[in-house]
Amino acid sequence: MNVMSWMLVVISALVLSTAALSPVMAANAAMTTPAKPIAVDIRDFTFAPKTLTVSAGTRVVWTNRDEEPHVVVSAGNQFSPSRALDTSDSYAVTFDHAGTYTYYCAMHPMMVGTVIVK
Amino acid sequence: MQDIEDRDTEGRRHFLKCMAWAGTGTLWLMHGGVLKAQPLTTKGATAVTDATFSFVQISDSHIGFHKAPNMDVAGTLRQSLAMINAQKKEPDFVLHTGDLTHLSRPEEFDALSGIMQDARMAKVFYVPGEHDVIGDNGAEFFRRFGERQQSGGWYSFDHHGVHFVGLVNVLNLKAGGLGSLGADQLAWLKKDLAGLSADTPLVVFAHMPLWPLYPDWGWGTDDSNEAVSYLRRFGSVSVLNGHIHQIQQKVEGNITFYTARSTAYPQPAPGAASAPGPLKDVAPNDLHRYLGIRDIRHVQGSHALAVTEEVMA
Repeated sequence: MNVMSWMLVVISALVLSTAALSPVMAANAAMTTPAKPIAVDIRDFTFAPKTLTVSAGTRVVWTNRDEEPHVVVSAGNQFSPSRALDTSDSYAVTFDHAGTYTYYCAMHPMMVGTVIVK
Repeated sequence: MQDIEDRDTEGRRHFLKCMAWAGTGTLWLMHGGVLKAQPLTTKGATAVTDATFSFVQISDSHIGFHKAPNMDVAGTLRQSLAMINAQKKEPDFVLHTGDLTHLSRPEEFDALSGIMQDARMAKVFYVPGEHDVIGDNGAEFFRRFGERQQSGGWYSFDHHGVHFVGLVNVLNLKAGGLGSLGADQLAWLKKDLAGLSADTPLVVFAHMPLWPLYPDWGWGTDDSNEAVSYLRRFGSVSVLNGHIHQIQQKVEGNITFYTARSTAYPQPAPGAASAPGPLKDVAPNDLHRYLGIRDIRHVQGSHALAVTEEVMA
């Protein structure tokens, strides 16, 4: 195996281990999902509440209450983006790891929200 | 029986309500290097004969939208295209300034393509809106409607001595920001314009306004100042945008900025509501507006036209 191939193996391993740590992957595992998800409403082109503090393992559910579609996307690519959320559509992410997760709407980027996981 | 009649009346009222503002486009006439706007009507424009050429701008067709105040956005787009086909002198081409679709879905792109083909539109130049690039950074849009000049999707062309530039300002948007052109596109624009003499008329078009029209609602482009700085040396510049579903204009030196109406639904004036979005109840308690469709178009169009002539004179 040449040097290039070794680098590819190392990079692949890094990518895989990073992915395993992401909250979305953790959500799929669904180990300890708390009973009550926390709701974030998307209304009048704002996230409500704009800043949300939750404990690790909390499932956060965004629901679009606007006539206009919105897309929830992580500013630091910390979790997978939603599809286009039409009126009444929802999107959920389980946050298993402490941290500050800034997100925004990919279509209307002035819409910004934060989830703080303790 | 009464119920049925009421429903029919309501249906007709709704249809007329839509007719009052939908099915619209802007006919642009080039006179000696200066663009003049005419409302698009079924009767055809009056001043076309002495124009060098004309083209039509349509915008924000939002195929896939199916709520109040417009349950039939395909129908209102078809009406716009019928008006284009009704012009005595055929416009040379059509510009669609984005938001072809509502949710970037393949079936919505299919429907838009079908409607344009059915209406036998000549050449149509497209730029994407933020509704056209959801989930794939515009890959599907560019595959179907792109001019394929530059990898980023932006392009330029010349027509009868006028230089047209189509820009993309709905991709790679940053949290907390507005529309964005980005460094690559700005560098290309600078180079694209560099060889042109200052008396070349320019028409620059993009989806989101290229001026800070109402940043509180995201109606602007973060790096538009840089782009506009490249345009200032030219004697006649028209910047055509969509996105806000209403006519707004601004003049800065030789540069005229213009936003077009939607063929689908109107949005509130800047700051006139808690947020942007479809105006669900168009002109409530204003029954006379539902009647005399042509007059309404004429009145609204004349107003816009008067503003245009005033600022461009």
